[in-house]
Amino acid sequence: MMLRVVIQEADFDAGAELARLNLPGVGGVGSFIGVVRDSGGLKALQLEHYPGMTERAVTKIAEQAAARWPLLGGTVIHRVGHLAPGENIVFVGAASAHREAALQATAFLIDWLKTSAPFWKREDFCSGESAWVLARDADEAAAKLWV
Amino acid sequence: MMQVLYFAWLREKIGVAVENIAPPPEVDNVAALVDWLRARGPGYAAAFADEKLVRCAVDQEFATPDAAIAGATEIAFFPPVTGG
Repeated sequence: MMLRVVIQEADFDAGAELARLNLPGVGGVGSFIGVVRDSGGLKALQLEHYPGMTERAVTKIAEQAAARWPLLGGTVIHRVGHLAPGENIVFVGAASAHREAALQATAFLIDWLKTSAPFWKREDFCSGESAWVLARDADEAAAKLWV
Repeated sequence: MMQVLYFAWLREKIGVAVENIAPPPEVDNVAALVDWLRARGPGYAAAFADEKLVRCAVDQEFATPDAAIAGATEIAFFPPVTGG
């Protein structure tokens, strides 16, 4: 199976990533794109990661998805650095012979990414203030549903 | 000698991203290391004031407070993750 994990500052081309997942034998490609929400007063998100550990943790999550569903391809691209409202943050894609595995693996990947990969978001507001985003219990609960 | 890394607001409170430390042998797990670091100064005390808000990795694997640190080369402290 093709596994692609990328942590980068640059934007990604979702169309090109979906095309890359159209592998021999694939009958369905599931995908999710996370975007910086334009909530009032937000100037930008600053996304920090732990070089080395982040790649390892994301790869481990992708391998868990591959062990659980019959995937032919899986892609996780997570951006870091300075991200303005409306910009892409994360791309998750999963390809399989059938839609159920593709859709479920996509949801699993994004749920686990939120709770188990070392990334941290800081919100910089137009007012000049900034604040680190707090972890949400709801995200933890969503990930636990897969256990 | 081990390298300690701090991320997000822990780094901001402590004022450094990476440092080399040589704790005494009795500092043998993550919880003991947190206590030892806390005594290094007010920035550390502030960063580790609420242990529930601090997560740890030993050699790039998530670790609990009772995890052994003997022989570890890289220990990281950071807040609960907020990616995705």
